Amino acid sequence: MRLTHLQRLEAESIFILREVAAECEKPVLLYSIGKDSAVLLHLAQKAFFPSKLPFPLLHVDTTWKFRDMISFRDSVAKQEGISLLTHINQEGLSRGINPIDSGSGVHTDVMKTQGLRQALDLYGFDAAIGGARRDEEKSRAKERVFSFRTAQHRWDPKNQRPELWQLFNARKHKKESIRVFPLSNWTELDVWQYIYQEQIPIVPLYYAAPRPVVKRDGLWILVDDERLPLFPGEAPEIKKVRFRTLGCYPLTGAIESDADTLPAILSEMLLCTTSERSGRAIDFDQAGSMEKKKQEGYF
Amino acid sequence: MPPSTPFSNHSLDEYLRQQEQKDLLRFMTCGSVDDGKSTLIGRLLYEAKLLFSDQLLTLEAESRKRNVPDGKLDFSLLLDGLLAEREQGITIDVAYRYFSTDRRKFIVADTPGHEQYTRNMVTAASNSDLAVVLVDARKGVLTQTRRHSYLLSLLGIRHVVLAVNKMDAVDFSEEVFSDIEQEYRSFVRSLASIQVTAIPLSALLGDNVIEPSSHTPYYSGPPLLTYLETVSVNETEAEKPFRMPVQWVNRPHQDFRGFSGRIASGTISQGETIRVAPSWKQASVSRIVTQEGDLPKAIAGQSVTLVLDQELDVSRGDVIASHKATPGVTDQFQATLMWMDEEPLFSGRSYVLKIGTCTATATITFLKHKVNVNTMEHLAARKLEQNEVGVCNLSLDRPVAFDSYAENRNTGGFVLIDRMTHHTAGAGLIHFALRRADNLHWQTLDVTKQARAHMKGQKPCVLWFTGLSGAGKSTISNLVEKKLFAIGKHTYVLDGDNIRHGLCKDLGFSPPDRIENIRRIAEVAKLMVDAGLIVLSAFISPFAAERDFARSLFGEGEFLEVFVDTPLSEVEQRDPKGLYKKARAKTLLNFTGIDSPYEPPKRPDIHIETTKESAEEAATRIVERILMSG
Repeated sequence: MRLTHLQRLEAESIFILREVAAECEKPVLLYSIGKDSAVLLHLAQKAFFPSKLPFPLLHVDTTWKFRDMISFRDSVAKQEGISLLTHINQEGLSRGINPIDSGSGVHTDVMKTQGLRQALDLYGFDAAIGGARRDEEKSRAKERVFSFRTAQHRWDPKNQRPELWQLFNARKHKKESIRVFPLSNWTELDVWQYIYQEQIPIVPLYYAAPRPVVKRDGLWILVDDERLPLFPGEAPEIKKVRFRTLGCYPLTGAIESDADTLPAILSEMLLCTTSERSGRAIDFDQAGSMEKKKQEGYF
Repeated sequence: MPPSTPFSNHSLDEYLRQQEQKDLLRFMTCGSVDDGKSTLIGRLLYEAKLLFSDQLLTLEAESRKRNVPDGKLDFSLLLDGLLAEREQGITIDVAYRYFSTDRRKFIVADTPGHEQYTRNMVTAASNSDLAVVLVDARKGVLTQTRRHSYLLSLLGIRHVVLAVNKMDAVDFSEEVFSDIEQEYRSFVRSLASIQVTAIPLSALLGDNVIEPSSHTPYYSGPPLLTYLETVSVNETEAEKPFRMPVQWVNRPHQDFRGFSGRIASGTISQGETIRVAPSWKQASVSRIVTQEGDLPKAIAGQSVTLVLDQELDVSRGDVIASHKATPGVTDQFQATLMWMDEEPLFSGRSYVLKIGTCTATATITFLKHKVNVNTMEHLAARKLEQNEVGVCNLSLDRPVAFDSYAENRNTGGFVLIDRMTHHTAGAGLIHFALRRADNLHWQTLDVTKQARAHMKGQKPCVLWFTGLSGAGKSTISNLVEKKLFAIGKHTYVLDGDNIRHGLCKDLGFSPPDRIENIRRIAEVAKLMVDAGLIVLSAFISPFAAERDFARSLFGEGEFLEVFVDTPLSEVEQRDPKGLYKKARAKTLLNFTGIDSPYEPPKRPDIHIETTKESAEEAATRIVERILMSG
C-alpha cells in the first residue's frame, strides 16, 4: 500500500489546517470563491470531520466579482456547518473606487488589500488561511506555509522564519498575524485533478459557454453587467469562452474554449502552453508587482 | 513532459491514473554563491519543455534588460523571484518549483549560497530526499561546499549529486573533474553515510543536463535528469514503528471523541493495541475515521482521526504509538543544534521547544562543544552564533515523547523558539535521553519550606529589583529590609556588588557571563526562599530572558519583579560611582545602557518611577504589598 500523489497532498494540507486550528486563537478561512478556495473548503471539511469547521469563512467583496461567483458564494454559505462573513471596504466604495476609472492597481489595493486588512482588524483574526500555491508566481514560490505578518500586515520576504520538517511556528505578539497556505505544494494540474476526483462543485464560469465578451489589451473581457463601459466601435461578441482563474470581471481575461466538462478542462489544461496568471491584468503592471502587493498585505 | 495530442475521455483517465501512481522526488540544489544553482534548475525546466510560453516571453524580455547577449537567457531570473534578489543578483530564500516527467514528479528547492542565509538552506534540506551540490569547476571545493555537505549529512540526506558545473570554462578537462571529485569524496568520507554521484556538466550550455554530452567522453554515467528520474530513494517511514502525534482532539458531541493527527511513521489497523506517550496508558483502536468512511488500516503520511475503545485522557502533544516498539519519554536529552537566529544561543537560556505537536519550555543546561565545519574539530564554547552548529544538553519543564533523529526524522527533530521575539531560533536533532533525570533524585527533607515559613510567621518570597546602574535599587532594597526587620520579618539582601566579590568573582560582564551571574543568584535566592526568608535581590539583570528564567524557579506569588525605573539621562547625571563617565569614555566596556542593552520589564509586579516617587515612599509601598500578600 502506497499513497498516491493526491493522497499525499491532501494529507499534508489537512495536517496544516489542523495545526492552524490548534495553535491560533482566532483563525479565518479566506474564501475567494475560486477553484482553489473550493478545494480548500473541501479539505477543511475533511480535516475536522465529524466536527464542524472550527473557523468561519471570509469573503472580501470588491463589488466587481462576476455575478455567477456571488450566487455560488451565497449557495455555499447556506450549507450546514458553514458560517460565511462578507466584508466590503465601504470607505473605498464611497470614494467611488472601481477597476475601470481607478485602474487595476488602485482598485486592487483599496478594495482587496485594504479591504482584507480592515476585515482582519475588525474581527481580530490572528490567522488567515488562503488558497495560494507556490507554482502560481515567483514571489509565492518563496513563501513559507505559515507566513508571518507584522501588526501593519506587512510581509518581510528577506526575513522569513525557517520552517523545518513539519514544525510550524505560529507564535506571535498581539496584533501580529499569520497567513497560512495549506495548498503551497499543489500545482494547477493537481487542483483540477482533485476537483475531478472528488467531484467538487465549482463556479460555472470555469466551464466553457457562449458568453458576451469584448477584446481588450489582448484579453477577452466578459460583459457581465451594464457597468462595463464600451469604447466607441466596441460591440460585445458572443464567444464560447471559459476562465482559468476568477477575480474582478473587468480585470480577468477569458480564453476561447470548448471545454464544458471537467475531463475536457483537464485535457485542455494538459495541452496548454501559457500559465494561469497570464489571464490576470494585475500581474502585468510591473515586475515584482505581486511581491509589492504582498508586502502591503495583499494575499 | 506534457502530452502533445488531445485526449479521448478514456485516455485522459488513463493518463491521470499514471500521474497519480508516479512517485515523488523532493530534491534541492545547494553550494557556494555563483556556482549556478538557479541557472541549473532553469536550464532543467527549459530543456525538459516545462516552461509556459508566457513565462518564456517574460524571461526573454528580462534577460535583454539584464544585458544578456542576444538569443541567450538568464535562467536564474526564473527562480530569483524577490525584488531584492533580482537587484543584487543573488538568491536569498528558497524557491520551490514543481515539475514532472514521464517517470517521476519532482519538487525542487533552490537554496541560497550565501552563508548568512544558511537557515534557508537548512529549511529546504529538512524536507528533501536528495541534494545536488554544485561546484564551480574553476574554483573547486569551497568552504561553503563543505558547510552545506556537513549540514546535509546532519539532516540525514543520503544521496548527493556532486554537480561539477561550468565545465565549459575549463575546456571540459577530465583532470579538473576527477580532482574535484576526489577531493570531495575524501571530505565526505568523514560524514555520516552519504552516497555521492559526480557529474561533469554545464548548466549554461546544457551539457549532461538532459542529454549526454559529447564533450565528456570520460564520463559514462547518466545525465542529471536521467539520474534524478531513476535514483531509488526508498520511502521507509511506513516500515518504522507506529507514531502519531495528536494534533487536535475531535469532539463534536458527547458521543464522539477522536484524536486527529498525521501518521508520522508505521501503520495502524482497526483493533490494534496502542500506547499513549508520555502517560503510557494503553487502549486499542476501535475506529479509523475519515470523511469518506472508516478505514481498516492507515499508513505513514495519512491524516486520520483515531477513536479508542477506552476513555483516556489524551491531548495535543501526546504521541499515540505502537505498544510493542514505544518511543522514548524524557525531560532531558542531548542534541545537535543548528543556530539560526541573530541573537546567539547562550548556555543557561530557556526557549520554547516544539517537537511533533508538543510544546515545552527547554533550558540549555550545557553546551558541550561547537563544530568547526571546515575541519570537523570540536571547540569549547559558551554560545552559538548564527549559522553555528553545536552539541548541547537540554532540560525540559515536562517529559515529552521522542525518537532519536537517526531513527525517525519526524519524531526526532525539534525547533527552538525565542520566548521574546518568537523567532524560530534554532533547529535540533535528538541524539538520546540523558539518564540523569532518572538517577538524580531530590533529597526529600522532613522539615519543609512551609514548616520553616510558618515558624517565622511569614510568607517567603523574592523581591527581584531590576533597573539601570545607579537607578536606586540598592537604596530602596536597603530601606525595605530595614522596615521589614523592624517588624520582625526574616530577610536577606543579595546585592550586586557584594556577590561579585565572592560567589561570582570569576565572571566578567560579557553577555554569557551576565547570564551565568543571574542564574547563580536566582538559584541562591531559591535556596533562601526555601529556607523561609524574604529575599531582596538588587541586580541590574538587564535581559528579560534571565528574569523570566529566575521567575520560573519560583512558585506562584513567590517572585515579585520590582522595576526601579529611572531614565538613562537621570542616572547619567547622578552617576554616584562615576561609572557612566568611564563608560562614555570607553574605559569601561559592556556597560548596561551605554554599549550593552537593557530590556525593561513589560509587566513588572511593582513599578517604581524614581522621578515621581521618593525612595522612602517606594519602600513603604513595597512593604505594604508584601504584608498584604501574607
